[in-house]
Amino acid sequence: MIEVRDLKKSFGSNLVLDGVSLRIEAGESVVIIGRSGSGKSVLLKHLIGLLQPDAGQVLIDGEDIVGMNERELLPVRRKFGMLFQGAALFDSMTVAENVGFAFRRDRQMSASEIQRRVAAALEVVDLPDIEDKKPSELSGGMKKRVGLARAIVYQPQIVLYDEPTTGLDPIVADSIDQLILRVRDRFEVTSVVVTHDMRTARRVGQRILMLHEKKIYAAGTPDEIFSSGDPLVRRFIEGVSDLKEPQF
Amino acid sequence: MNFLANTWVGTWLEGLGQITLLAKEAIVSLFRSRISWRDLIYQLYFMGVKSQSVVIITGAFTGMVLGAQTYFQFHKVKMDTATLAVVSVSMCSELGPVLTGLMVAGRVGAAIAAELATMRVTEQIDALRTLATHPVDYLVVPRLLAAHIALPLLTAEAITLGIGAGYVVGVYLLGIDATYLWSNMLKYTSTSDVAIGLIKSFIYGGIVALVGCYKGMNCGEGAEGVGRATTESVVYSSITILISNFFLTLSLGAVFNTL
Repeated sequence: MIEVRDLKKSFGSNLVLDGVSLRIEAGESVVIIGRSGSGKSVLLKHLIGLLQPDAGQVLIDGEDIVGMNERELLPVRRKFGMLFQGAALFDSMTVAENVGFAFRRDRQMSASEIQRRVAAALEVVDLPDIEDKKPSELSGGMKKRVGLARAIVYQPQIVLYDEPTTGLDPIVADSIDQLILRVRDRFEVTSVVVTHDMRTARRVGQRILMLHEKKIYAAGTPDEIFSSGDPLVRRFIEGVSDLKEPQF
Repeated sequence: MNFLANTWVGTWLEGLGQITLLAKEAIVSLFRSRISWRDLIYQLYFMGVKSQSVVIITGAFTGMVLGAQTYFQFHKVKMDTATLAVVSVSMCSELGPVLTGLMVAGRVGAAIAAELATMRVTEQIDALRTLATHPVDYLVVPRLLAAHIALPLLTAEAITLGIGAGYVVGVYLLGIDATYLWSNMLKYTSTSDVAIGLIKSFIYGGIVALVGCYKGMNCGEGAEGVGRATTESVVYSSITILISNFFLTLSLGAVFNTL
Protein backbone atom coordinates (compact mmCIF):
# COMPACT_ATOMS: atom_id res chain seq x y z
CA MET A 1 0.00 0.00 0.00
CA ILE A 2 1.26 3.46 -0.93
CA GLU A 3 0.24 6.58 0.92
CA VAL A 4 1.40 10.12 0.22
CA ARG A 5 0.63 12.82 2.76
CA ASP A 6 0.84 16.54 2.04
CA LEU A 7 3.84 16.23 -0.27
CA LYS A 8 5.63 19.43 -1.21
CA LYS A 9 8.50 19.76 -3.62
CA SER A 10 10.19 22.66 -5.32
CA PHE A 11 13.25 22.96 -7.53
CA GLY A 12 14.87 26.26 -6.65
CA SER A 13 12.09 28.83 -6.72
CA ASN A 14 9.86 26.61 -8.89
CA LEU A 15 7.19 24.96 -6.73
CA VAL A 16 6.15 21.70 -8.43
CA LEU A 17 4.04 19.88 -5.83
CA ASP A 18 2.14 21.76 -3.16
CA GLY A 19 0.47 19.46 -0.67
CA VAL A 20 -0.27 16.35 -2.73
CA SER A 21 -2.00 13.54 -0.83
CA LEU A 22 -3.07 10.18 -2.22
CA ARG A 23 -3.54 6.57 -1.24
CA ILE A 24 -3.08 3.55 -3.49
CA GLU A 25 -4.23 0.16 -2.23
CA ALA A 26 -2.31 -3.07 -2.85
CA GLY A 27 -3.16 -4.57 -6.24
CA GLU A 28 -4.79 -1.36 -7.45
CA SER A 29 -4.04 0.16 -10.83
CA VAL A 30 -3.85 3.94 -10.68
CA VAL A 31 -3.15 6.34 -13.51
CA ILE A 32 -1.86 9.84 -12.86
CA ILE A 33 -2.64 12.28 -15.67
CA GLY A 34 -1.84 15.95 -16.09
CA ARG A 35 -0.28 18.42 -18.46
CA SER A 36 3.39 18.28 -19.37
CA GLY A 37 5.40 19.83 -16.55
CA SER A 38 2.62 19.37 -14.00
CA GLY A 39 4.85 17.25 -11.77
CA LYS A 40 3.56 13.74 -12.60
CA SER A 41 7.01 12.20 -13.01
CA VAL A 42 8.27 14.12 -9.97
CA LEU A 43 5.45 12.61 -7.91
CA LEU A 44 6.23 9.13 -9.27
CA LYS A 45 9.92 9.47 -8.40
CA HIS A 46 8.99 10.38 -4.83
CA LEU A 47 7.17 7.06 -4.44
CA ILE A 48 10.39 5.09 -4.92
CA GLY A 49 12.67 7.58 -3.15
CA LEU A 50 14.47 8.83 -6.26
CA LEU A 51 13.57 12.33 -5.08
CA GLN A 52 13.24 13.58 -1.53
CA PRO A 53 10.40 16.03 -0.81
CA ASP A 54 10.72 19.38 0.94
CA ALA A 55 7.86 18.37 3.24
CA GLY A 56 5.32 15.59 3.64
CA GLN A 57 5.38 11.82 3.98
CA VAL A 58 5.61 8.88 1.60
CA LEU A 59 4.52 5.65 3.27
CA ILE A 60 5.24 2.32 1.61
CA ASP A 61 3.45 -0.48 3.49
CA GLY A 62 3.27 1.89 6.46
CA GLU A 63 6.99 2.74 6.42
CA ASP A 64 7.86 6.40 5.86
CA ILE A 65 10.69 6.56 3.31
CA VAL A 66 11.18 10.33 3.53
CA GLY A 67 14.55 11.12 5.06
CA MET A 68 15.93 7.63 4.44
CA ASN A 69 19.43 7.65 2.98
CA GLU A 70 20.31 5.79 -0.20
CA ARG A 71 21.41 2.66 1.64
CA GLU A 72 18.30 2.52 3.84
CA LEU A 73 16.17 2.82 0.70
CA LEU A 74 17.70 -0.25 -0.99
CA PRO A 75 15.46 -2.86 0.73
CA VAL A 76 12.38 -0.66 0.16
CA ARG A 77 13.18 -0.45 -3.55
CA ARG A 78 13.16 -4.24 -3.83
CA LYS A 79 9.38 -3.94 -3.60
CA PHE A 80 9.37 -1.82 -6.76
CA GLY A 81 9.97 -2.15 -10.44
CA MET A 82 10.06 0.91 -12.65
CA LEU A 83 9.73 1.48 -16.37
CA PHE A 84 11.32 4.77 -17.39
CA GLN A 85 10.15 7.10 -20.12
CA GLY A 86 13.21 6.36 -22.28
CA ALA A 87 13.47 2.79 -20.94
CA ALA A 88 16.87 3.73 -19.37
CA LEU A 89 18.50 0.47 -20.48
CA PHE A 90 22.20 0.17 -19.67
CA ASP A 91 23.62 0.75 -23.12
CA SER A 92 26.92 -1.01 -22.44
CA MET A 93 25.10 -4.29 -21.66
CA THR A 94 23.16 -6.82 -23.70
CA VAL A 95 19.43 -7.33 -23.19
CA ALA A 96 20.10 -10.41 -21.01
CA GLU A 97 22.59 -8.48 -18.87
CA ASN A 98 20.09 -5.63 -18.50
CA VAL A 99 17.20 -7.86 -17.46
CA GLY A 100 19.31 -10.05 -15.18
CA PHE A 101 21.26 -7.11 -13.70
CA ALA A 102 19.78 -7.27 -10.21
CA PHE A 103 20.31 -11.04 -9.96
CA ARG A 104 23.93 -10.76 -11.06
CA ARG A 105 24.53 -8.07 -8.45
CA ASP A 106 22.99 -10.28 -5.74
CA ARG A 107 25.21 -13.24 -6.63
CA GLN A 108 22.79 -15.60 -4.97
CA MET A 109 21.66 -17.34 -8.13
CA SER A 110 23.46 -19.62 -10.55
CA ALA A 111 24.10 -18.36 -14.09
CA SER A 112 21.69 -20.94 -15.51
CA GLU A 113 18.93 -19.88 -13.09
CA ILE A 114 19.47 -16.21 -14.01
CA GLN A 115 19.31 -17.18 -17.69
CA ARG A 116 16.05 -19.05 -17.10
CA ARG A 117 14.46 -16.12 -15.25
CA VAL A 118 15.61 -13.62 -17.87
CA ALA A 119 14.13 -15.77 -20.63
CA ALA A 120 10.86 -16.05 -18.66
CA ALA A 121 10.66 -12.28 -18.18
CA LEU A 122 11.33 -11.67 -21.87
CA GLU A 123 8.64 -14.23 -22.68
CA VAL A 124 6.13 -12.19 -20.64
CA VAL A 125 6.83 -9.12 -22.79
CA ASP A 126 6.71 -11.19 -25.99
CA LEU A 127 10.37 -10.74 -26.83
CA PRO A 128 11.95 -14.19 -26.84
CA ASP A 129 15.43 -14.86 -28.24
CA ILE A 130 16.82 -11.32 -28.15
CA GLU A 131 19.07 -11.88 -25.12
CA ASP A 132 22.28 -11.14 -27.01
CA LYS A 133 21.17 -7.91 -28.64
CA LYS A 134 22.40 -4.50 -27.47
CA PRO A 135 19.88 -1.72 -26.67
CA SER A 136 21.13 0.24 -29.70
CA GLU A 137 19.84 -2.58 -31.94
CA LEU A 138 16.28 -2.32 -30.57
CA SER A 139 13.34 -0.15 -31.66
CA GLY A 140 11.67 2.25 -29.21
CA GLY A 141 8.85 -0.19 -28.46
CA MET A 142 11.27 -3.09 -27.93
CA LYS A 143 13.33 -0.98 -25.55
CA LYS A 144 10.21 -0.26 -23.50
CA ARG A 145 9.39 -3.97 -23.41
CA VAL A 146 12.91 -4.88 -22.29
CA GLY A 147 12.66 -2.12 -19.66
CA LEU A 148 9.41 -3.69 -18.50
CA ALA A 149 11.01 -7.15 -18.40
CA ARG A 150 13.81 -5.71 -16.25
CA ALA A 151 11.25 -4.07 -13.96
CA ILE A 152 9.25 -7.27 -13.38
CA VAL A 153 11.99 -9.90 -13.34
CA TYR A 154 12.35 -9.49 -9.58
CA GLN A 155 8.58 -10.03 -9.20
CA PRO A 156 8.03 -6.72 -7.37
CA GLN A 157 4.87 -5.80 -5.49
CA ILE A 158 4.59 -2.40 -7.15
CA VAL A 159 5.39 -1.40 -10.74
CA LEU A 160 5.77 2.27 -11.66
CA TYR A 161 5.39 3.34 -15.28
CA ASP A 162 6.70 6.76 -16.32
CA GLU A 163 5.06 7.77 -19.62
CA PRO A 164 5.10 4.18 -20.96
CA THR A 165 3.62 5.01 -24.37
CA THR A 166 5.20 8.39 -25.08
CA GLY A 167 6.92 8.51 -28.45
CA LEU A 168 5.46 5.22 -29.68
CA ASP A 169 3.13 4.71 -32.62
CA PRO A 170 -0.50 3.80 -31.73
CA ILE A 171 -0.05 0.09 -32.45
CA VAL A 172 3.08 -0.25 -30.32
CA ALA A 173 1.45 1.94 -27.64
CA ASP A 174 -1.49 -0.46 -27.63
CA SER A 175 0.84 -3.42 -27.14
CA ILE A 176 2.46 -1.67 -24.17
CA ASP A 177 -1.01 -1.06 -22.67
CA GLN A 178 -1.76 -4.75 -23.06
CA LEU A 179 1.52 -5.67 -21.39
CA ILE A 180 0.76 -3.38 -18.45
CA LEU A 181 -2.56 -5.20 -18.01
CA ARG A 182 -0.89 -8.59 -18.46
CA VAL A 183 1.72 -7.80 -15.79
CA ARG A 184 -0.98 -6.49 -13.45
CA ASP A 185 -3.15 -9.59 -13.82
CA ARG A 186 -0.41 -12.22 -13.95
CA PHE A 187 1.69 -10.95 -11.04
CA GLU A 188 -1.09 -9.17 -9.11
CA VAL A 189 1.07 -6.07 -8.75
CA THR A 190 0.09 -2.56 -7.77
CA SER A 191 0.48 -0.38 -10.88
CA VAL A 192 1.06 3.35 -10.91
CA VAL A 193 1.08 4.77 -14.43
CA VAL A 194 1.99 8.35 -15.24
CA THR A 195 0.77 9.36 -18.67
CA HIS A 196 -0.90 12.02 -20.75
CA ASP A 197 -2.11 9.40 -23.21
CA MET A 198 -5.86 9.29 -22.59
CA ARG A 199 -6.25 5.92 -24.30
CA THR A 200 -3.71 4.36 -21.95
CA ALA A 201 -5.35 6.07 -18.97
CA ARG A 202 -8.76 4.67 -19.85
CA ARG A 203 -7.52 1.15 -20.58
CA VAL A 204 -5.14 0.46 -17.71
CA GLY A 205 -6.52 2.58 -14.87
CA GLN A 206 -8.95 1.40 -12.25
CA ARG A 207 -8.67 4.89 -10.82
CA ILE A 208 -7.45 8.11 -12.42
CA LEU A 209 -5.90 11.07 -10.58
CA MET A 210 -5.46 14.36 -12.37
CA LEU A 211 -2.63 16.59 -11.27
CA HIS A 212 -3.15 20.29 -11.87
CA GLU A 213 -1.77 23.46 -10.29
CA LYS A 214 0.59 21.41 -8.10
CA LYS A 215 -2.24 19.42 -6.46
CA ILE A 216 -4.54 16.47 -7.17
CA TYR A 217 -7.33 18.30 -9.00
CA ALA A 218 -9.65 15.41 -9.82
CA ALA A 219 -9.90 11.76 -8.89
CA GLY A 220 -12.25 8.97 -9.88
CA THR A 221 -12.81 5.87 -11.92
CA PRO A 222 -12.11 6.14 -15.66
CA ASP A 223 -15.85 6.42 -16.32
CA GLU A 224 -16.21 9.22 -13.76
CA ILE A 225 -13.25 11.15 -15.14
CA PHE A 226 -14.18 10.69 -18.79
CA SER A 227 -17.77 11.77 -18.13
CA SER A 228 -16.74 14.64 -15.86
CA GLY A 229 -18.44 17.97 -16.45
CA ASP A 230 -15.50 19.94 -15.01
CA PRO A 231 -14.31 22.25 -17.82
CA LEU A 232 -10.63 21.80 -16.98
CA VAL A 233 -10.88 18.00 -16.92
CA ARG A 234 -12.89 17.98 -20.13
CA ARG A 235 -10.43 20.27 -21.82
CA PHE A 236 -7.54 17.98 -20.90
CA ILE A 237 -9.34 14.78 -21.93
CA GLU A 238 -10.43 16.23 -25.24
CA GLY A 239 -7.10 17.93 -25.84
CA VAL A 240 -8.48 21.40 -26.43
CA SER A 241 -5.85 24.13 -26.52
CA ASP A 242 -6.07 27.88 -26.31
CA LEU A 243 -3.13 29.57 -27.97
CA LYS A 244 -3.59 32.65 -25.80
CA GLU A 245 -2.63 30.58 -22.77
CA PRO A 246 1.04 29.69 -23.01
CA GLN A 247 0.64 26.60 -20.82
CA PHE A 248 -1.98 25.15 -23.13
CA MET B 1 27.43 34.59 4.89
CA ASN B 2 24.76 34.50 2.19
CA PHE B 3 26.95 36.69 0.03
CA LEU B 4 29.80 34.19 0.44
CA ALA B 5 27.53 31.25 -0.36
CA ASN B 6 26.55 32.79 -3.70
CA THR B 7 30.08 33.41 -4.91
CA TRP B 8 32.39 30.93 -6.63
CA VAL B 9 34.04 30.39 -3.25
CA GLY B 10 30.74 29.09 -1.88
CA THR B 11 30.22 26.87 -4.92
CA TRP B 12 33.79 25.58 -4.66
CA LEU B 13 33.42 24.84 -0.95
CA GLU B 14 30.09 23.08 -1.57
CA GLY B 15 31.66 20.95 -4.30
CA LEU B 16 34.58 20.09 -2.02
CA GLY B 17 32.13 19.05 0.69
CA GLN B 18 30.13 16.90 -1.74
CA ILE B 19 33.28 15.17 -3.01
CA THR B 20 34.33 14.49 0.59
CA LEU B 21 30.92 12.92 1.26
CA LEU B 22 31.30 10.85 -1.92
CA ALA B 23 34.71 9.66 -0.71
CA LYS B 24 33.19 8.75 2.66
CA GLU B 25 30.37 6.84 0.97
CA ALA B 26 32.91 5.01 -1.21
CA ILE B 27 34.89 3.95 1.88
CA VAL B 28 31.67 2.74 3.56
CA SER B 29 30.80 0.86 0.38
CA LEU B 30 34.22 -0.84 0.34
CA PHE B 31 33.46 -2.44 3.69
CA ARG B 32 29.74 -3.07 3.20
CA SER B 33 29.34 -4.33 -0.34
CA ARG B 34 31.21 -6.93 -2.32
CA ILE B 35 33.55 -5.66 -4.99
CA SER B 36 32.71 -6.63 -8.54
CA TRP B 37 36.06 -8.02 -9.73
CA ARG B 38 34.87 -8.00 -13.31
CA ASP B 39 34.20 -4.25 -13.18
CA LEU B 40 37.45 -3.58 -11.31
CA ILE B 41 39.52 -5.50 -13.87
CA TYR B 42 37.78 -3.72 -16.75
CA GLN B 43 38.48 -0.32 -15.14
CA LEU B 44 42.11 -1.30 -14.53
CA TYR B 45 42.40 -2.26 -18.19
CA PHE B 46 40.74 0.99 -19.27
CA MET B 47 42.85 3.21 -17.00
CA GLY B 48 46.12 1.28 -17.13
CA VAL B 49 46.48 -0.45 -20.49
CA LYS B 50 44.62 2.17 -22.50
CA SER B 51 46.73 4.97 -21.02
CA GLN B 52 50.01 3.41 -22.14
CA SER B 53 50.68 5.59 -25.18
CA VAL B 54 49.97 8.79 -23.26
CA VAL B 55 52.17 7.80 -20.33
CA ILE B 56 55.02 6.47 -22.47
CA ILE B 57 55.22 9.65 -24.54
CA THR B 58 54.87 11.92 -21.49
CA GLY B 59 57.46 10.07 -19.41
CA ALA B 60 60.02 9.60 -22.16
CA PHE B 61 59.93 13.08 -23.65
CA THR B 62 59.85 14.79 -20.24
CA GLY B 63 62.99 12.84 -19.26
CA MET B 64 64.67 13.74 -22.54
CA VAL B 65 63.88 17.46 -22.33
CA LEU B 66 64.81 17.61 -18.66
CA GLY B 67 68.09 15.77 -19.37
CA ALA B 68 69.02 18.12 -22.20
CA GLN B 69 68.10 21.32 -20.31
CA THR B 70 69.93 20.21 -17.16
CA TYR B 71 73.00 19.33 -19.20
CA PHE B 72 73.02 22.76 -20.90
CA GLN B 73 73.14 24.48 -17.50
CA PHE B 74 75.38 22.00 -15.66
CA HIS B 75 77.88 21.89 -18.50
CA LYS B 76 78.75 25.53 -17.76
CA VAL B 77 79.96 24.57 -14.29
CA LYS B 78 81.46 21.20 -15.31
CA MET B 79 78.79 19.14 -13.56
CA ASP B 80 77.74 17.10 -16.60
CA THR B 81 77.64 13.80 -14.76
CA ALA B 82 75.08 15.11 -12.25
CA THR B 83 72.54 15.54 -15.06
CA LEU B 84 70.78 12.20 -14.62
CA ALA B 85 70.61 12.65 -10.84
CA VAL B 86 68.56 15.82 -11.36
CA VAL B 87 66.38 14.06 -13.93
CA SER B 88 65.86 11.13 -11.59
CA VAL B 89 64.98 13.14 -8.45
CA SER B 90 62.68 15.45 -10.43
CA MET B 91 60.95 12.59 -12.20
CA CYS B 92 60.54 10.54 -9.02
CA SER B 93 59.18 13.14 -6.66
CA GLU B 94 57.54 15.77 -8.89
CA LEU B 95 57.30 15.43 -12.65
CA GLY B 96 56.46 11.73 -12.79
CA PRO B 97 53.41 11.81 -10.48
CA VAL B 98 52.19 15.28 -11.48
CA LEU B 99 52.43 14.85 -15.26
CA THR B 100 51.01 11.33 -15.13
CA GLY B 101 48.20 12.62 -12.92
CA LEU B 102 47.45 15.45 -15.35
CA MET B 103 47.52 13.17 -18.39
CA VAL B 104 45.26 10.62 -16.70
CA ALA B 105 42.94 13.43 -15.56
CA GLY B 106 42.64 14.46 -19.21
CA ARG B 107 42.07 10.97 -20.57
CA VAL B 108 40.46 8.93 -17.79
CA GLY B 109 38.81 11.68 -15.71
CA ALA B 110 37.09 13.08 -18.79
CA ALA B 111 35.92 9.60 -19.86
CA ILE B 112 34.55 8.83 -16.38
CA ALA B 113 32.67 12.15 -16.23
CA ALA B 114 31.27 11.80 -19.76
CA GLU B 115 30.13 8.19 -19.20
CA LEU B 116 28.47 8.85 -15.86
CA ALA B 117 26.94 12.13 -17.04
CA THR B 118 25.42 10.36 -20.05
CA MET B 119 24.07 7.69 -17.70
CA ARG B 120 22.56 10.41 -15.55
CA VAL B 121 20.81 12.33 -18.33
CA THR B 122 19.41 9.10 -19.81
CA GLU B 123 18.13 8.08 -16.35
CA GLN B 124 20.41 5.02 -16.24
CA ILE B 125 21.65 6.02 -12.78
CA ASP B 126 18.05 6.30 -11.56
CA ALA B 127 17.40 2.88 -13.13
CA LEU B 128 20.33 1.48 -11.11
CA ARG B 129 18.78 2.87 -7.95
CA THR B 130 15.39 1.36 -8.73
CA LEU B 131 17.17 -1.99 -9.12
CA ALA B 132 18.24 -1.66 -5.47
CA THR B 133 21.83 -0.91 -6.45
CA HIS B 134 23.70 1.93 -4.78
CA PRO B 135 25.36 3.99 -7.55
CA VAL B 136 28.46 4.42 -5.40
CA ASP B 137 28.84 0.64 -5.02
CA TYR B 138 28.46 -0.02 -8.71
CA LEU B 139 29.91 3.06 -10.39
CA VAL B 140 32.30 4.81 -8.03
CA VAL B 141 34.07 2.06 -6.09
CA PRO B 142 35.49 0.09 -9.07
CA ARG B 143 36.71 3.33 -10.69
CA LEU B 144 38.20 4.66 -7.47
CA LEU B 145 40.01 1.42 -6.65
CA ALA B 146 41.26 1.05 -10.22
CA ALA B 147 42.57 4.64 -10.22
CA HIS B 148 44.33 4.09 -6.87
CA ILE B 149 46.05 1.00 -8.29
CA ALA B 150 46.68 2.22 -11.86
CA LEU B 151 48.10 5.67 -11.12
CA PRO B 152 51.10 4.49 -9.03
CA LEU B 153 51.89 1.83 -11.65
CA LEU B 154 51.63 4.32 -14.51
CA THR B 155 53.73 6.80 -12.54
CA ALA B 156 56.42 4.18 -11.88
CA GLU B 157 56.42 3.48 -15.61
CA ALA B 158 56.70 7.20 -16.49
CA ILE B 159 59.55 7.65 -13.98
CA THR B 160 61.44 4.65 -15.36
CA LEU B 161 60.98 5.80 -18.94
CA GLY B 162 61.94 9.37 -18.04
CA ILE B 163 65.20 8.30 -16.40
CA GLY B 164 65.92 5.85 -19.24
CA ALA B 165 65.26 8.50 -21.89
CA GLY B 166 67.40 11.02 -19.95
CA TYR B 167 70.20 8.45 -19.85
CA VAL B 168 69.99 7.82 -23.60
CA VAL B 169 70.04 11.54 -24.40
CA GLY B 170 72.91 12.16 -21.94
CA VAL B 171 75.13 9.32 -23.10
CA TYR B 172 74.40 8.94 -26.80
CA LEU B 173 73.44 12.49 -27.78
CA LEU B 174 75.35 14.74 -25.39
CA GLY B 175 78.35 12.46 -24.82
CA ILE B 176 78.33 12.34 -20.99
CA ASP B 177 80.33 9.56 -19.35
CA ALA B 178 77.87 6.70 -18.84
CA THR B 179 79.42 5.21 -15.69
CA TYR B 180 79.57 8.46 -13.69
CA LEU B 181 76.15 9.52 -14.99
CA TRP B 182 74.53 6.30 -13.74
CA SER B 183 76.54 6.17 -10.53
CA ASN B 184 75.59 9.76 -9.56
CA MET B 185 71.98 9.06 -10.35
CA LEU B 186 71.98 6.11 -7.93
CA LYS B 187 73.92 8.12 -5.34
CA TYR B 188 71.57 11.09 -5.20
CA THR B 189 68.25 9.35 -5.72
CA SER B 190 66.91 8.06 -2.44
CA THR B 191 64.15 5.59 -1.67
CA SER B 192 62.18 8.45 -0.18
CA ASP B 193 62.07 10.22 -3.59
CA VAL B 194 60.45 7.16 -5.14
CA ALA B 195 58.12 6.70 -2.15
CA ILE B 196 57.00 10.36 -2.27
CA GLY B 197 56.23 10.03 -5.99
CA LEU B 198 54.21 6.86 -5.53
CA ILE B 199 52.28 8.21 -2.52
CA LYS B 200 51.45 11.35 -4.49
CA SER B 201 50.27 9.32 -7.47
CA PHE B 202 48.06 7.19 -5.20
CA ILE B 203 46.40 10.38 -3.96
CA TYR B 204 46.10 11.82 -7.49
CA GLY B 205 44.37 8.61 -8.59
CA GLY B 206 41.73 9.24 -5.94
CA ILE B 207 41.36 12.88 -7.01
CA VAL B 208 40.89 12.01 -10.71
CA ALA B 209 38.34 9.25 -10.02
CA LEU B 210 36.36 11.13 -7.37
CA VAL B 211 36.16 14.41 -9.29
CA GLY B 212 35.21 12.54 -12.49
CA CYS B 213 32.52 10.52 -10.71
CA TYR B 214 31.16 13.52 -8.82
CA LYS B 215 30.98 15.73 -11.89
CA GLY B 216 29.39 12.95 -13.95
CA MET B 217 26.79 11.97 -11.38
CA ASN B 218 25.83 15.58 -10.68
CA CYS B 219 25.82 17.00 -14.19
CA GLY B 220 23.22 19.37 -15.60
CA GLU B 221 20.56 18.36 -18.09
CA GLY B 222 21.11 17.50 -21.75
CA ALA B 223 24.14 17.48 -24.00
CA GLU B 224 25.34 20.77 -22.54
CA GLY B 225 25.35 19.25 -19.06
CA VAL B 226 27.44 16.30 -20.24
CA GLY B 227 29.91 18.60 -21.99
CA ARG B 228 30.23 20.87 -19.00
CA ALA B 229 30.72 17.94 -16.61
CA THR B 230 33.51 16.58 -18.79
CA THR B 231 35.31 19.90 -19.04
CA GLU B 232 34.92 20.69 -15.35
CA SER B 233 36.16 17.25 -14.39
CA VAL B 234 39.44 17.79 -16.27
CA VAL B 235 39.86 21.38 -15.09
CA TYR B 236 39.07 20.74 -11.43
CA SER B 237 41.07 17.54 -11.09
CA SER B 238 44.08 19.16 -12.83
CA ILE B 239 43.93 22.23 -10.60
CA THR B 240 43.48 20.08 -7.50
CA ILE B 241 46.50 17.98 -8.47
CA LEU B 242 48.67 21.06 -9.01
CA ILE B 243 47.62 22.77 -5.77
CA SER B 244 47.76 19.65 -3.63
CA ASN B 245 51.18 18.83 -5.07
CA PHE B 246 52.66 21.84 -3.27
CA PHE B 247 51.25 20.81 0.09
CA LEU B 248 52.13 17.16 -0.46
CA THR B 249 55.71 18.11 -1.33
CA LEU B 250 56.02 20.05 1.93
CA SER B 251 54.27 17.52 4.15
CA LEU B 252 55.77 14.37 2.64
CA GLY B 253 59.20 16.03 2.56
CA ALA B 254 58.87 16.83 6.26
CA VAL B 255 57.74 13.29 7.06
CA PHE B 256 60.52 11.58 5.12
CA ASN B 257 63.21 13.99 6.37
CA THR B 258 62.35 13.13 9.97
CA LEU B 259 62.47 9.35 9.30
